[in-house]
Amino acid sequence: MSDITKQSLTELVENIKNKKLSSTDVTKAFIQRSEKSSELNAYITDDFTSALDKAKKFDQNPNLDLKLPGIPMAVKDLFCTKNVKTTAGSKILNNFVPTYESTVTENIWNEGAILLGKLNCDEFAMGSSNETSHFGNVQNPIDKNLVPGGSSGGSASAVAGQLTPITIGTDTGGSIRQPASFTGIVGLKPTYGSCSRYGIVAFASSLDQAGPMAQNVKDCALLQEVISTYDPKDSTSINFKRNHYSKELTKNIKGKKIGIPKEYRVDGMPKEIEDLWQKGIQYVKDCGAKPIDISLPHTSYALPTYYIVAPAEASSNLARYDGVKYGYRAKGENLIDMYEKTRSEGFGAEVQRRIMIGTYVLSSGYYDAYYLKAQKVRKLIKNDFDKAYKKVDAILTPSTPSSAFKIGEKKNDPVSMYLNDIFTVPVNLAGLPGISIPAGHDTKGYPLGLQIIGKAFDEQNILNIAFAMEEKINFKNKITDWWIK
Amino acid sequence: MNKKNTEYLINRKDNQYEVVIGLEVHAQVLSESKLFSSSSTKFGAEPNTQVSLVDAAFPGMLPVINEFCIKQAIKTGIGLNAKINKRSVFDRKNYFYADLPQGYQISQFKDPIVGEGKVILDMPNGQKEVGIERLHLEQDAGKSIHDLDPQNTFVDLNRSGVALMEIVSKPDLRSPDEVNAYIKKLRSIMRYLGTCDGNMQEGSLRADVNVSVRPKGSKEFGTRCEIKNVNSIKFMQMAIEYEANRQVDLIEEGKTIDQETRLFDTKKNETRSMRSKEDAHDYRYFPDPDLLPLEVSEKFIEELKNDIPELPDDKKKRFIEEFKLSPYEANILVSDIDTAKYFEEVVAKMGKNKDIKLAVNWITGELFAVLNSKGLEISQSPVSAKNFAILINLIKNGTISGKIAKTVFELMIDGDKDPQKIVEEKGLKQQSDPKALEALIDKIINGNREKAIEYKQGKEKLFGFFVGQAMKASGGKANPQLINEILKKKL
Amino acid sequence: MSIDLKTIKHISKLSRISVDEKRAEKLADDLNSIFEFIEKLNELKTDDVKPLTSIAETTLKFRSDEIKSKNIREQIIKNSPEDNEDYFVVPKVIE
Repeated sequence: MSDITKQSLTELVENIKNKKLSSTDVTKAFIQRSEKSSELNAYITDDFTSALDKAKKFDQNPNLDLKLPGIPMAVKDLFCTKNVKTTAGSKILNNFVPTYESTVTENIWNEGAILLGKLNCDEFAMGSSNETSHFGNVQNPIDKNLVPGGSSGGSASAVAGQLTPITIGTDTGGSIRQPASFTGIVGLKPTYGSCSRYGIVAFASSLDQAGPMAQNVKDCALLQEVISTYDPKDSTSINFKRNHYSKELTKNIKGKKIGIPKEYRVDGMPKEIEDLWQKGIQYVKDCGAKPIDISLPHTSYALPTYYIVAPAEASSNLARYDGVKYGYRAKGENLIDMYEKTRSEGFGAEVQRRIMIGTYVLSSGYYDAYYLKAQKVRKLIKNDFDKAYKKVDAILTPSTPSSAFKIGEKKNDPVSMYLNDIFTVPVNLAGLPGISIPAGHDTKGYPLGLQIIGKAFDEQNILNIAFAMEEKINFKNKITDWWIK
Repeated sequence: MNKKNTEYLINRKDNQYEVVIGLEVHAQVLSESKLFSSSSTKFGAEPNTQVSLVDAAFPGMLPVINEFCIKQAIKTGIGLNAKINKRSVFDRKNYFYADLPQGYQISQFKDPIVGEGKVILDMPNGQKEVGIERLHLEQDAGKSIHDLDPQNTFVDLNRSGVALMEIVSKPDLRSPDEVNAYIKKLRSIMRYLGTCDGNMQEGSLRADVNVSVRPKGSKEFGTRCEIKNVNSIKFMQMAIEYEANRQVDLIEEGKTIDQETRLFDTKKNETRSMRSKEDAHDYRYFPDPDLLPLEVSEKFIEELKNDIPELPDDKKKRFIEEFKLSPYEANILVSDIDTAKYFEEVVAKMGKNKDIKLAVNWITGELFAVLNSKGLEISQSPVSAKNFAILINLIKNGTISGKIAKTVFELMIDGDKDPQKIVEEKGLKQQSDPKALEALIDKIINGNREKAIEYKQGKEKLFGFFVGQAMKASGGKANPQLINEILKKKL
Repeated sequence: MSIDLKTIKHISKLSRISVDEKRAEKLADDLNSIFEFIEKLNELKTDDVKPLTSIAETTLKFRSDEIKSKNIREQIIKNSPEDNEDYFVVPKVIE
């Protein structure tokens, strides 16, 4: 089977369960393709030798009752993996080998999956183009020198380029949905508290969520089912009744009320995005659901709020990288000198910028004006959604205000880079689930995504809507394998 | 300095200054595991052997709160007659230090778990109330060791993450003596509650001392200095004394006092400025997003209230009423929980016909003397409360005299022996048989006819001589009261 | 509002990241453009709004007081840039 890597997760699982394919076949195929795809720079660390060993072991005594039987999978390098280097895309962790496993990846291995390697990402997940990674830019399989989005850029590139059948990313302000949109794949940011944060290198604790990235909605639902567990090791993990997302998946969304928030029609939004959204509204109708105009009045305040809350938390979360316990250490004449050099040399420019912003907004005399203010506005943003959800079951918006851009295009303009997350950030601020599905192409042939935002803990509903729309949209990703020589 | 009417004032020429002191006491919560991780809190372990991934702040590690520590803090709050806040918030206090692995300390800043309360101090000139501002939970830091290597500092994280209660007093203290009484009272309350062992040598109890001075009679507070991390009452008192005088000198010289953090140098017996001003701290407190607000129900608090033992103030009151002790005696017995426990056990073991005054005298006299000379705590007493009670009863019911009792007590110390057995084996029983004693006395009177006559003629001093002779003849075992009675009759 | 070089120096000190003159200027520019965009929040009156303290709709769960983490010194020290098997080692602290 030469086209193993073209198969979806669901197909692969079926073929392994039917014994048409062995785990070794599948693992080999993805390793081979990954090895030929070095130009994408999707991996930071590969674990191919060990993966193949595990696949062979699996085949000797296959447990086919598992949800991910012998499925190879690469994951974002923000998840701590036992005995496999974990860098968070940063120089400051370039030699860090955890002795522990994140809960989310543990869940995945417990269901039979096999680690292929660790995928490139923006440094500490701070970025929207994967250009802040210490380990270099990632290429978007869609086109040469195109960013894959960020921060889960390596993950998006690896799924779109078929280097891994499926993957997990993390999403603090859009880091799953925006790269999913840029690479023509599906990405789900679950409800805050759905997936444990234990063992995930923290960026902004009140916003970070892990989630699946896949070729289609069904695969996405299956992986969500595996990774979403209540975890007593994370105080913000929530014990709610979790659906069997893949089993309960249905295209029947008749009568569902889908909110269309007028505030997402932002100034300067390209016409093709507006057109895509309109098409999306038509798909919703085609599925028997009902679009309803709604208002989320504080939408335009979400991004400024985010750029206070996220850096504030990050400035504190990243204080532990001080050259004492692990990671990079610069030589210093005394302790303070060592700290200052280590952190100056170990963190990249964007991370330093955000630490500075965060330090400033929390500093004495500015706390009320910035941090407290932001927490109040965050409340208003959440209230907007609460109010809207009295009228509708879900909300439909574009995923991003544009398609993927060229590497280097926005690198020197932080604000224009930040604007990428304008549609995704409110979802994180309100702790809600959101899914991006590929819905069309722009004039350049680059993919565009639509975002469906759900009520808290209502992943099943947005997966169903996405599943129904997926069929109507019938999106085909245009991958030419240009990077394979 | 002048101590007049126990008022602590600092005198300079024509001016008198009052010293205003507030304390921030850091009390280690008595718990098995740490505040946010499941590693041990045991004192004295090998370096870095009680450190979890959470304590060392590895990437992706998250805090999960220890319920018992919450209960301990609330219990302490109840013991301090304080308001328990049903909702409190954990904040991050951000600063860099080698023994602070997270780069922040999880503490409670705006919304502490315990609000205002008070403690009562027994001072020589009466009772004094000291206000409690708040009590909050926080993490301890690790330990930096600077003297093992000339170029480097070594870091041990065993203490990192251990739960502390920071108990902040109002600026109500006015002298080193009051500080002494306050610390001892806090320690006593927490030991009664079992919330802190109060062991200052092991660092379970330390304090930051805020000192300011003001002209006597003034209502305004002076600029205060904070003396960091003083770990014995003696040093606290010395630090206050030095610091108050330093501040008064500055005022007298017309200089201003800088609000600053100072360190007490125990070798030089002085305080000195700790950090330069340019490095002033800005802790950037904000609610820890890894934790949710801590909410406790009324029921949760009520259950803890039911769990509160009798505390020193109540116990003292009861001892005075029930056992007719003097306030002074009661104070001695209640100030340390183990002493109170011992005393109460002795009382219980003495049974119906008990002499509590006698027991108190023996505890504060003989027992304390032995403990003192052996350097033991009362909980390690070589004489159990049970045997102690038996001894007191033997005195009370006349089996042995007080004097013999001292001999018996000496013998009891070695191996907690039963005093009854000692008395029997050594034949120390008091002779209280009137007939035997009469015979003995007859013999003595017969042998000392002339002296008996002299006595009868009015030389009353000789009565003592006969008592002495009788005691001597009985080997000290004769019941002195009976001897007296019989002698009076016979002579 | 404007963030000057002195402020940059101050926050770089607080965040323990050394910044040379050239980078400080660039940072000041970046931060000023970011804060210009953040200032939009001032359009909103929020005096009566209660700040959001946690987005997770749950209450804080408690752990029981049990020692579960044993001695893992080797693991803890393994990744450190400098140690002596017992302790983490850092350059001398000067107070």
